Formats: sequence, structure tokens, C-alpha cells
Amino acid sequence: MRHLLTLLIGTLFGTGIALSGMANPAKVLNFFDVFGTWDPSLAFVMAGAVTVTFLGYRVVLRRDRPGFETAFDVPTSRVVDARLLIGAGVFGIGWGIGGFCPGGALPALGTGSAKVIVFVSALSAGILATKVFLSRVAQPVSQKRPAE
Amino acid sequence: METSFTPFASLAGGMLIGAAAVLLMLLRGRILGATGILAGVLWPSGGYDFAWRALMLAGMCAGPWVFYLFCGQLPMIVVPSSVGLLGLGGFLVGVGVTLGSGCTSGHGVCGLARLSPRSIAATVTFMLTTGATVFVMRHVLGI
Repeated sequence: MRHLLTLLIGTLFGTGIALSGMANPAKVLNFFDVFGTWDPSLAFVMAGAVTVTFLGYRVVLRRDRPGFETAFDVPTSRVVDARLLIGAGVFGIGWGIGGFCPGGALPALGTGSAKVIVFVSALSAGILATKVFLSRVAQPVSQKRPAE
Repeated sequence: METSFTPFASLAGGMLIGAAAVLLMLLRGRILGATGILAGVLWPSGGYDFAWRALMLAGMCAGPWVFYLFCGQLPMIVVPSSVGLLGLGGFLVGVGVTLGSGCTSGHGVCGLARLSPRSIAATVTFMLTTGATVFVMRHVLGI
């Protein structure tokens, strides 16, 4: 039951993405092209999503625990650091170049589109490369393997 | 390239995205972030974490086909960028969302809804750099 409902929540998200236009880079990029072929639709996606989530979280997070887990697992850090801002900045540059964000591209994978596969492959490579880089940098000096 | 303004479909789609985020919190107690879901499948920290993310990913891929059932066609996907630029953009998105711990769904929807200072800062930052990138590409470089 837990697995089936999780799958259906993913489907609900993917259907919302498909309906909203977030899976269409031409539409997403036009939201940002205020001085060209502007299409303000993305503002309606954000407004609908944030409003429902804001109201829903108010109710849900008042509960003791989630339905299928022992506790809520939400980020607690409130520190705005350089890594966060640099990451968000680089993400935006990539979003502006390709027109896909991860949430828009992952449901679009279901169509089998070759361009979506190219994007998600490159996205995966970027995620893995950064995780490898961070795991090396974050590793304490004492635990690093000695040079051969 | 012009795209048609779709306030009702976009608002309804956004509300479905929000409903999914609320249900995931209600049942699994998790933030719905596409970055975390993909990263947790590519680089699993354990079987339990892998399972719910893989199910979310599979469900997401079914979304366009639910759209097809109701609308009789798959959602339009028009990519103005060349394949090379798309690959470059994808790689930069991957680097950025990993460093920045989230993307449009995790920070822009769930984080804003929680009024998280980190998510507000991240969302303002990436909206500005996306806008600046689109401006430079279209109106300076003419790509």
C-alpha cells in the first residue's frame, strides 16, 4: 500500500508537470524572456503549487508523524551560505541554457524524447561529478588514502 | 518562438504539483524535490531511501501518459536549444542543484511553502541567474 501510494504521488506530480507546461523548455524560457516572447504562465504554476503546498503543510506538519513513517524528515538548517547561493546561481545558468529544470525533465523522460534523455544524462553526470568532488573535499585529511 | 499563455492549465498543473508535495509529506514525511529524488536513485544512501525515490521517479514518468488519457496527446516538448547546449545546461543544472541542495520543486515550491530562509535565498538567486542567462543568450548572443 505504502509503495503503491508513493508511485501514485509521483504520477500526480508528473501529471501536474505535464499539464502546467513545465516540461516544455520553449514555454519555460519564454517566462524569463520579458523583453522578447514573454509567456507569464510559469507564474501561475508557481502560484498554484506554492499556495496548495503552503496551506497543506500547515495542516500536515501539525500531526505527530507521517502516515507511513516514524517522523517527518525535513531540513532544519536556516543558514544561507556561499555554497547554497553559488549552487542556486549555477543551477539558474544551466536552466537558462537548456530550459529544463529537474522537476520538468524527469516526468518528460516518460515520453522517451531523445532530447530529454540527453538532458537527464548530462544532469545525472553533473550530480554524480559534484557528489564525488564533495565527498573528496569533505573527507578529513587523516582519512585520505596516502599517495601511492 | 512564441508560446500561448495558458493561465488555467498552468494554475491547475501547479495545484496538482502542490497536492503531490502535500501528500508526500502526509504519508512519507518528505520534501518533494526532484533533485533529491534523482540523486537518491543515482547515489543511494541505503535501500529504504532508494525505494521511495525510485517509485516516485517511475510514477513521474507515467505523468505524461495520464495527460495523454485526458487530452488525447502527449504534452508538448519543444527544445529551442541545440543538443550541445542542452548537454551543457544539464551538466550545469546537476552541479548547481547538488551544491545548492535543491531545485525548483524542493526550494521553489516546498521550501517557499515552509518559509525556509535558505529556500527563499536559493529561489531568488536561481530566478535571477536564469533570467540573466536567457537575456544574454537571446538578446546579446542571439542564440
